[in-house]
Amino acid sequence: MIDVNLSSDMNGSSSADIFLDTIFMEDLRSQMIKFAQLQVRDSQLAEDAVQEAMISAYKNIDRFGRKSAFKTWVFSILKNKVIDLLRKEKRHTAASQLEEGSNLTGDELMEVLFKENGHWNKHERPQKWDQPDHGVENDHFWRVFDACLNGLPDKYARFFMMREFLEMDTAEICHNEELTVSNLNVTLYRARLRLRECLEDNWYQKEALT
Amino acid sequence: MMNCKQATQLLSEKLDRPLSTKEKVSLGIHTTMCAPCRQFGLQMEELRDISKHYTKGNTGKEK
Repeated sequence: MIDVNLSSDMNGSSSADIFLDTIFMEDLRSQMIKFAQLQVRDSQLAEDAVQEAMISAYKNIDRFGRKSAFKTWVFSILKNKVIDLLRKEKRHTAASQLEEGSNLTGDELMEVLFKENGHWNKHERPQKWDQPDHGVENDHFWRVFDACLNGLPDKYARFFMMREFLEMDTAEICHNEELTVSNLNVTLYRARLRLRECLEDNWYQKEALT
Repeated sequence: MMNCKQATQLLSEKLDRPLSTKEKVSLGIHTTMCAPCRQFGLQMEELRDISKHYTKGNTGKEK
């Protein structure tokens, strides 16, 4: 199938040209590797999953006319492969062995955010996020989001991604990770707390100041 | 009476499990009176939307 949509800068010939766009492909590949490695601790398995997803995409490339559709699709293949691996593999690393990391996360973060009586510290109160749909169209927003995600301790990032990116339900995550539900809930809460804080400080507040 | 720490935790858990009626009521009372927590609740949903965009590839990088 030929994509004749001239509005795209990939205009012209076949969809397989996506594979010739080395910058796009490198970018996509590194995102996929990062994503897979956070989930699958065995980096060889993670790389294999990415490789297989890429090959699978290449074989069926004629179904895809646009890069965005392409990316969605490759990620969905990868998601399925990662979920398969998670189900099959006996975990190499128990969740409890993962580092919590040193930057403010667990109890320290709570102490900064909340007063002793459990109410918000005045300067930590969530601010209104303006232009809710403004960010997602913006390249720079995604760099900030990536950085915030990378800044999460591995354990937080891993569970957050399982829940929000892989859209696994909590029962399944708990089963795979041998975690209690309340343990997972607290970890997700703290991951979101940290991520929220990071986005507000580095994106929404900065925007408001300009 | 629920404090902000407890309210924010419930606002996160709301994304992962159905809250009990009792939890909904106390959370509702709290957020009615507490603007920062109301904001926090909206942002939790925003985080979920952002994550969806992230994996769906609508990140503007394909331009």
